[in-house]
Amino acid sequence: MCLFQCIMNYFPEEVLEHVFDFLTSLRDRNAVSLVCKSWYNVERCSRKKVFIGNCYAVNPELVIARFPRFQSLTLKGKPHFADFNLVPHDWGGYVQPWIEALAKNGISLEELRLKRMVVSDESLELLSKSFPNFKSLTLVSCEGFSTDGLAAIASNCRYLRELDLQENEVDDHKGHWLSCFPDSCTSLVSLNFACLKGEVNAAALERLIARCRNLKSLRLNHAVPLETLQKILVQAPQLNDLGIGSFVSDPYTESYFKLKAVLQKCKSVKSLSGFLDVNPRCLPSIYPICTNLTSLNLSYAPGIQSNDLIKLIIRCKKLERLWILDTIGDKGLEVVAATCKELQELRVFPSDLHGVGNAAVTEEGLVAISAGCPKLNSILYFCQQMTNAALITVAKNCPNFIRFRLCTLNPVIPDAVTNQPLDDGFGAIVQSCKGLKRLSVSGLLTDQVFLYIGMYAEQLEMLSIGFAGDSDKGMLYVLNGCKKLKKLEIRDSPFGNMALLSDVGKYETMRSLWMSSCEVTYGACKTLAEKMPRLNVEIINENEEMEGRPKDKHRVEKMYLYRTLVGARKDAPPFVWTL
Amino acid sequence: MSMNNQLESEYSGSLKTELTLGLPGGEQAPKSAVKRGFSDTVDLNLYTNSEDEVSVATQPPPAKGQVVGWPPVRSYRKNSMMTIINCKYVKVAVDGAPYLRKLDLQIYTSYQELLVAFQNMFTCLTICNVANESKIVDISNGTEYLPAYEDKDGDWMLVGDVPWNMFVESCKRLRLIKSCEKLKLVVKSCASQETSSSTIC
Repeated sequence: MCLFQCIMNYFPEEVLEHVFDFLTSLRDRNAVSLVCKSWYNVERCSRKKVFIGNCYAVNPELVIARFPRFQSLTLKGKPHFADFNLVPHDWGGYVQPWIEALAKNGISLEELRLKRMVVSDESLELLSKSFPNFKSLTLVSCEGFSTDGLAAIASNCRYLRELDLQENEVDDHKGHWLSCFPDSCTSLVSLNFACLKGEVNAAALERLIARCRNLKSLRLNHAVPLETLQKILVQAPQLNDLGIGSFVSDPYTESYFKLKAVLQKCKSVKSLSGFLDVNPRCLPSIYPICTNLTSLNLSYAPGIQSNDLIKLIIRCKKLERLWILDTIGDKGLEVVAATCKELQELRVFPSDLHGVGNAAVTEEGLVAISAGCPKLNSILYFCQQMTNAALITVAKNCPNFIRFRLCTLNPVIPDAVTNQPLDDGFGAIVQSCKGLKRLSVSGLLTDQVFLYIGMYAEQLEMLSIGFAGDSDKGMLYVLNGCKKLKKLEIRDSPFGNMALLSDVGKYETMRSLWMSSCEVTYGACKTLAEKMPRLNVEIINENEEMEGRPKDKHRVEKMYLYRTLVGARKDAPPFVWTL
Repeated sequence: MSMNNQLESEYSGSLKTELTLGLPGGEQAPKSAVKRGFSDTVDLNLYTNSEDEVSVATQPPPAKGQVVGWPPVRSYRKNSMMTIINCKYVKVAVDGAPYLRKLDLQIYTSYQELLVAFQNMFTCLTICNVANESKIVDISNGTEYLPAYEDKDGDWMLVGDVPWNMFVESCKRLRLIKSCEKLKLVVKSCASQETSSSTIC
């Protein structure tokens, strides 16, 4: 035993625990666990927050055994490509067994955050009744529940502080879920029900807001009328995050004047979103808020045209985060570049999803942003076209990208000027942005871009590829080069068995690999599964006519593999085979 | 390089598609070292090398822009945008009538339905079938009304040229023009081209 260890062991555990309390990052806590047995034990007993990036990598019992006193759980279920309809319904990702296990084992759960999971009303009800100190529920891209489940949460969670529903598919029974918050509930700090389709009782909402004096974040759905919004804002001038569902009024009515007056008083609003329904002529009432905004999300507001967007943005000098539609156009992005010098994150979503070709941003907008916004570190950009020259300029202007996701609407479009693949452009990005953690590529791409990625993207953790590459070499460059790779998802690319099987040990260092419409065969997947017992290699078979298993040489349409401590999952539907 | 150009022009909707049919028995043939990319996904086979085993074309190629999951946008967002844009009320003016009406274009699925809607909305107008074409006519005086629309660029276009969905997407307002007026417009444009034309009035 070294001297250091002697000294550290001399401290009682409470001291170690207190020291570890200052470690908020999960990575730090994980690192600390590896130092020695006593540190491992102190850390595991004192860990409050558990993050599980793949709910099938472990089971609840293992988690509870290791961390008996945790209070906050984050779980992610379906693979990322499920967002784009590539994963069939009923694939899995159920939260019910987790809630049952936590309840049974007396975990004092206070916070639950779920992403891409299936959540039933039964689960929500069990959740609401099993944990008396439950405070915070966040559901992102989940499905399987209705407003009845929300009613249970509202009724039973006496100390609820946060109910945050982001982009979930919720069966709205147009019931009275919001009215279920008892009069004694005054603890709400954050309430987001923007994704719900149905109406809520306006009077109940107003009373709820009035008695929750600590409410900081409120995002309404489009069914909340303007008059209610006005009354709410009078009651809650302390809000700093506001989501307006519906902003339709006749600017010559008294109710509009009242709204305008109350908006002028909302000095603390720093984050604004929504505007699903909007009369652009009412937007000037928002102008007073613009000066203080650090976050603006208008990506669900196709009703606001470029001119009106520009008039808003030109007043938002403190903006750090901006989510908009491509209706803003290159010209609008130039205004953003000239105005928003603090901008860190930009997302430009496509407004035209039917491919009629009215997309309004090109490489010019991206270059303008990169030139004007020196603090930019995260971008998601859907565009009509791109050039290598533009990407090279962007790379030079913005070496600080942590997330860079580019999506050309035509997935295989070449450089708009030279007709060459976009390899060099993305190559410049990975070479310049030494801290890049997440990358999505698109456009015409050969193996060369993967050579660059493997060579330069040393910090890369997540890579999304579609319709790219020429041969197995492309995938090999990535697997061999990106040492920190955690998630790799590939669709419609000519990568096959040779790449898949070249370094099977690599997959245990990663969270997951998704390959769909590639060249891998059933036989190769079987081989991989045999060699690596601690991986689940799942084949998703949607061919209903097939009888029995495919032959080894048949191509696999969809494969999802992930490391796991608990073997094949028992809840897989019949069309998912774990090899 | 030319292959890439071909890929790009295929996607742009050029008519030079080549389908190859699969081997009987439906067995999935192993791929040769052929680039499997976007071209295969939309079932266009650009390679005519007869020695290559060919892919099974089980379906006709999907229309442009219908690759599953592309652009990669969350279904929630897609559905929301469709709901938001799904209510497409446009003003409808009829020459000679003092008041305008409003129509929700999203509830119709074809030009024929739109004509019927006009007929229902403006009771003086009827649909008459003349030489295989449906025309809107005021029966009392035989005046024909031509449906025109203002598109996103601000241009006035005659209704009926583009596919229905494209029309709904770009239509900002509608106007039923008395066809005498159409004669005036045609004469103007023809005069600048120094040709004459005859139009029904």
